[in-house]
Amino acid sequence: MFEDVNDLYQQVILDHCRHPRNFHEIPSCSVTAQGRNPVCGDQLKLFLTLKDDRILDAAFVGSGCCISKASASLLTENVKGKTRQEATALFDQVRGLITTGQDQGDVGKLAVFAGVHKYPARVKCAILAWHALLEALKGGSAPVTTENEAS
Amino acid sequence: MNKTFDWEACRRDFPILDQTIHGKPLVYLDNAATSQKPLSVIEALVHYYKRDNANVHRGIHELSNRSTVAFEGARARVARFIHAPHPDEIIFTRGTTESINLLAATWGATNLKPGDVILLTEMEHHSNLVPWQMIARRTGARLAFIPVTGDDGMLDLSRLEDYLTPQVKLLSMVHISNSLGTLNPVEELCARARKMGVTTLVDGAQSAGHLPVDVQALGCDFFAFSGHKICGPTGIGVLWGRQECLEGMPPYQGGGEMILTAGYDRTEYKPAPHRFEAGTPDISGPIGLHAAMDYLDAIGRDQIWKHDQELAHHAWDQLSKLKDIRLFGPAGNSPFRAGLVSFLLKDVHAHDIVTLADQAGVALRGGHHCTQPLMHKLGVESTARASFYFYNTRAEVDQFVDVIREIQRFFGR
Ligand SMILES: Cc1ncc(COP(=O)(O)O)c(C=O)c1O
Repeated sequence: MFEDVNDLYQQVILDHCRHPRNFHEIPSCSVTAQGRNPVCGDQLKLFLTLKDDRILDAAFVGSGCCISKASASLLTENVKGKTRQEATALFDQVRGLITTGQDQGDVGKLAVFAGVHKYPARVKCAILAWHALLEALKGGSAPVTTENEAS
Repeated sequence: MNKTFDWEACRRDFPILDQTIHGKPLVYLDNAATSQKPLSVIEALVHYYKRDNANVHRGIHELSNRSTVAFEGARARVARFIHAPHPDEIIFTRGTTESINLLAATWGATNLKPGDVILLTEMEHHSNLVPWQMIARRTGARLAFIPVTGDDGMLDLSRLEDYLTPQVKLLSMVHISNSLGTLNPVEELCARARKMGVTTLVDGAQSAGHLPVDVQALGCDFFAFSGHKICGPTGIGVLWGRQECLEGMPPYQGGGEMILTAGYDRTEYKPAPHRFEAGTPDISGPIGLHAAMDYLDAIGRDQIWKHDQELAHHAWDQLSKLKDIRLFGPAGNSPFRAGLVSFLLKDVHAHDIVTLADQAGVALRGGHHCTQPLMHKLGVESTARASFYFYNTRAEVDQFVDVIREIQRFFGR
């Protein structure tokens, strides 16, 4: 019945949604940020451990749909080892990919989010964790929302 | 199923229902968010703009006369629709939300003082919560809530006297819960409140178009509803208030239409309803709403209610056969069960349910349904919801349940 949604619910996404990676708090983290999706009330909290300019560890907790959970899970896997600047550049690439579906250069496994733009209501879910990342890197503690994200 | 009315045939009055979504026939089950509009409503709007459009009340010419007659005719029709004693008690607003905000800003601002209590229930829509939080902050009044029992979605009235204290000035409650599908015993609650001298408001957003409403029998002081949920256009709603309550209330907004005479420093206001309707109103809205009320009453809201309940009962029975499902609100065969069903599947988020159902042509809603405190009380962030109306069929309910079964399979694989 749902052959057509495979571009949204790709195997990698289903896998990360069922078995989210780095799904725990980091009590000794350097920075943390919260993301909230006011549409559904979902929220997640992202934890980063930084040394100098580099992200040594990343993890998240929270409730969310399959897309937002998988997105956060893949985020934590992908930003480990990156500098602030590299992570910010990755945000731009991933955001471009999620909102337009167009190739933004090599983003590895994150390419599975290329199908999300066809489901405008779900763009916010996919991008939530990434906004939290940006906020965490700024060192901010105010919760971010995706309310004004074009969808 | 009810044999007295041809429910299938009335679908032809709703051209929007006859289409495919993602290649599948549309099954529209998001009626609690907004209903679809029959041709008669669409045509009333078109006719108004093609033939009768002019501003109301201030013109002498023929078109102005026609639109004023149509506008005031709609007001009289609303009065009949809810059995209000007089059309002057009908205030047009943008919808339930504005109706409640109007009441909070006028009645609330003049009647509430520090220590007073505004009594709500735990199942209120944000539109019957946030305006009261705002006015409570300004006046020093405080909010209290009649509890909800749990997943079965009933109000816990066992200790009502603990809540209905002498400090309570207003009891405001939802008639039918948009997130649980509960029909609340508002008649009984209004009677109890009245004995204590408490003013009452009933949020009829989910009830006005689904069951016969008689505000005098309900015994409330105010009743609010939205046109768009009862087959009418968006942007038009109603606040009904008992004449003696309206008389003491200050204006809502200032401007044209609401004054008797205006000077540079002083103005004398018109009585209700015009005192509360500053500026050029939505004129086509009431005209479309008039056609919608005619449409509903030609079917009969008692019939619509029976049909709603039968569909909800059937949906509940079918859904409760599924494994790993959590259903909210009164049981399917409960007399308090209205025509919508809220549910959750184990390990599947409401958003994912709705996205997949949409792929199968079934329009559902997932989220907190603007009842976030209630969701938190029940320990969830969101639910998925199917909400029915008279043009929905038993076959559509079966399709919907099949789709839910497939969704479980999809995420279980
Ligand atoms: C119970 C209830 N109250 C109030 C509202 C608000 O109605 P509106 O958005 O039309 O103002 C709704 C609609 O979602 C509702 O379901």
